[in-house]
Amino acid sequence: MSAPLLSLSGISRHFGALKAVDDVSIDVPTGARHALIGPNGAGKSTLFRLVTGSMPVSSGTVTLGGSDITRLPEFRRARRGISQTLQHSSLFLSQTVQQNVLLAAQRQYGTRHAIVPREQAAARERARALLADVGLEGRAGTPVSALSHGERRQLEVAVALACQPRLLLLDEPAAGMSPAESARLVELLKSLPESVTVVIVEHDLEVVFALATSVTVLHLGRVLLTGSPDEVRASAAVQEAYLGTGRGSLFLDMAEPAHLEVS
Amino acid sequence: MTGWFDENLVSILNGFAIGSLLFILAVGLSIVFGMMDVLNLAHGAFFLTGSYLAVSFVAGGSWGGYVTALGIAALVGLLAGGALSGMTEPLARRPILDQALLTLGISLIVAEVLSIAYGNDVLSVPPPPGLTGSVSVAGNAYPVYRLMLIVVGLLLALVVWLVVEKTSVGALVRASVADRDMVSALGIDNRKVKFAVLGIGSMLATVAGVLAAPVYGARPGLDKTILILALVVVVIGGLGSVRGALIGALLIGQVESLGRALVPEIASFILFGTLALVLVVRPRGLFGSRKLAHG
Amino acid sequence: MSLPVGTPATPAAIASTTPPRTAERRTGRLLRVALPLVVLVVLAAVPLFVAPFGTSTLSRILIFALFAVSLDLLVGVTGLPSLGHAAYFGVGAYAAGLVAIHWTAEGVVPVLVAAAAGAVAAGATGWLAVRSGGVYFLMLTLAIGELVHQLAQSLASVTGGSNGLYGIPTVRIGGTPLTLPGYVYWFVLAVTGLGYLGLHLVASSPFGGVLRGIRDNEPRMRSLGYSPFRYKFAAFVIAGGFAGLAGGLFAAQVRLVTPSEAGFTTSALVLLAVILGGAGSLWGPILGAAVVVLVRDALGPDLDGHGPLLLGIVFVLAVYVLPRGFAGLRDLLRRRPSPGETP
Repeated sequence: MSAPLLSLSGISRHFGALKAVDDVSIDVPTGARHALIGPNGAGKSTLFRLVTGSMPVSSGTVTLGGSDITRLPEFRRARRGISQTLQHSSLFLSQTVQQNVLLAAQRQYGTRHAIVPREQAAARERARALLADVGLEGRAGTPVSALSHGERRQLEVAVALACQPRLLLLDEPAAGMSPAESARLVELLKSLPESVTVVIVEHDLEVVFALATSVTVLHLGRVLLTGSPDEVRASAAVQEAYLGTGRGSLFLDMAEPAHLEVS
Repeated sequence: MTGWFDENLVSILNGFAIGSLLFILAVGLSIVFGMMDVLNLAHGAFFLTGSYLAVSFVAGGSWGGYVTALGIAALVGLLAGGALSGMTEPLARRPILDQALLTLGISLIVAEVLSIAYGNDVLSVPPPPGLTGSVSVAGNAYPVYRLMLIVVGLLLALVVWLVVEKTSVGALVRASVADRDMVSALGIDNRKVKFAVLGIGSMLATVAGVLAAPVYGARPGLDKTILILALVVVVIGGLGSVRGALIGALLIGQVESLGRALVPEIASFILFGTLALVLVVRPRGLFGSRKLAHG
Repeated sequence: MSLPVGTPATPAAIASTTPPRTAERRTGRLLRVALPLVVLVVLAAVPLFVAPFGTSTLSRILIFALFAVSLDLLVGVTGLPSLGHAAYFGVGAYAAGLVAIHWTAEGVVPVLVAAAAGAVAAGATGWLAVRSGGVYFLMLTLAIGELVHQLAQSLASVTGGSNGLYGIPTVRIGGTPLTLPGYVYWFVLAVTGLGYLGLHLVASSPFGGVLRGIRDNEPRMRSLGYSPFRYKFAAFVIAGGFAGLAGGLFAAQVRLVTPSEAGFTTSALVLLAVILGGAGSLWGPILGAAVVVLVRDALGPDLDGHGPLLLGIVFVLAVYVLPRGFAGLRDLLRRRPSPGETP
């Protein structure tokens, strides 16, 4: 097993007395497809924000590729290869689909500092390819404000990939997507090369178990269990955590034949 | 040290006088923004309106005229603030900039109307009878009126502080500065609160204009100078903080007065330097805590 | 890294790739190149047909328009509403005036020094405002502008105090003074044209794209690996430089610089020009500037010098009636014929 790309060591985030994330330690090896699951309020989104640096940790360290990034501001972490999609779409609404991807793509090329217009052929070509991958090739010139909810989620993924991430954090990427759209998303994520490590938060367990090589279950800000998908599914503690919060239905989904086929 | 202190005692006292005036102005500006998100750039124009009212009513230098000017200024300020609250209502859902622009336009209009009515000369206003002379303060002659201004300013500061910190109205003010949705969450009509807060804030500005008139007179451009100083005080003290407005006003009062007395050519640099220094150390001002809404 | 091509596009996606309106796009591009050229030719011909008073008013409009467009780079493109932009206009005007008086009035020298001075002044003061953001940005820029104004008044030995800096010599080209207003106008037209072109290039560059990204969604830009502070600061310095350039032209044309050039009213009026024209469109503020200058300078004398009164009323009305300026009006007109478009 290779050295972990992302290593969280005892990280916590407190809001007054509330411990949103409490002493969480997770190692994500390079090339992993790691899923974070847990009932609402388990601290999944907060954990993501601690990794990206949009929120500072109360304690603990975050390590990326062997170097401590706990004190780095968000934009520096992004430059080291952390990219994300957010739970609520966060796009540049007044601009077109292509411009959105271009803003992310051009940072990788020398042209982003240019203060005169540039053709940006390389960045444009990359943006075009990414839009084709997520299924938005016909919408390049459309303003984002005119996209449907599902299309915006697809665009989020294209923007996140345009950063050429080492670590891709996906916060409920399939929320609001149609079954066809989320199937395409799964295909796309599966086709990502090993050099991209993926951490995904997703309520749609069908998506989770179709992708994940390892799973961490969070409950009330703490790690309940980290293991292979099979281990997680067999765990009585996990069952309890979901049932205890009245979210049993979420786990009942897993018993459905459709899901079993996937696994 | 005591020698320096003696030499500059007059400037230091002037600094306190400016500081008390600035507090009266800044506290209105600060609370209006803190509670209602309205950056009232017409605040300086309201102040100047008060000064010109003093010109009109205190012409003979009588107490009757002085008190009349104060009363009318208070009424005018209350009405102007109320009108402003009505005018900003349609813009409540728009960015903060739009409301600021509206008040900017109003300040241009008010300043021009005043200049049409009173001309462009510097007009002076005599203090009311009995406050015209000077007294000796540690061997320096100092105008009685300015001493009174310091006392009145500190008294007003005390009153505002007591109201905000100790009364139920003050509790509402503090709560809504901390959490903007508090007012509506408590089931209180947001528009009435806005009307009252803007009215009282503007009233403080016009009254400060009357109080300041025997010292600064009335002239075009005074509105901007005063507005900027009040804004600097608010920025240094922290938006929405009464304590911050008081500390900031006293600080800027001294910086202005001592700066202009000791190094007149670069006094503006010193003012900017103070502002920069405070913001480098405390980006939200000395007593500002809430993260500001952007836009 | 290359990604494999995904599954074929959904029918919906294909349907929306309706034949790209190439013909329409081509005429659009032609218009974009031809219109400025036509405007330029018409403007260049003005001194041949119009009385000197008209050309000097037009010079002032061009200068104020460049000033307004430089502010639009901040307000409209970057989303930073500055209330103290006149500070850098004033710094540029004084710098050009002083260079022309004490050193040389040779053509572009004072004007370029003015641009440099505006940029340096913006760099020295802007970091504080840009760092704060939000409503603090409004208040700090206002304070900075007024402090520069007071400085211009108190440094009387250098700036001439409230009397202003006078005795600025006529612009020279190759040693020959431009005595006729028409020549001065052409000089102004050439420099403003280049300045406008420069601002237009900045706005349409990748850098300009980043600025728009910051305006629309600053947190997302941070998560894409951009440092918003650096870009906003750079935009502030560039805008200050072009404002300084406009100030330098002002000194060359009017040949008198007073502290009010750096003051609050000037800042308010240039912001009015941007809002009136439509923030974000670089052409709108030019129209806005024309309206502001015409009202102040052409109608002002009839109102006994109280043009700002009328402008204040226009300001208040614009906030209610034209929230997106003249440019917003054009969008409304353009949108109406195609109601079938997806909302």
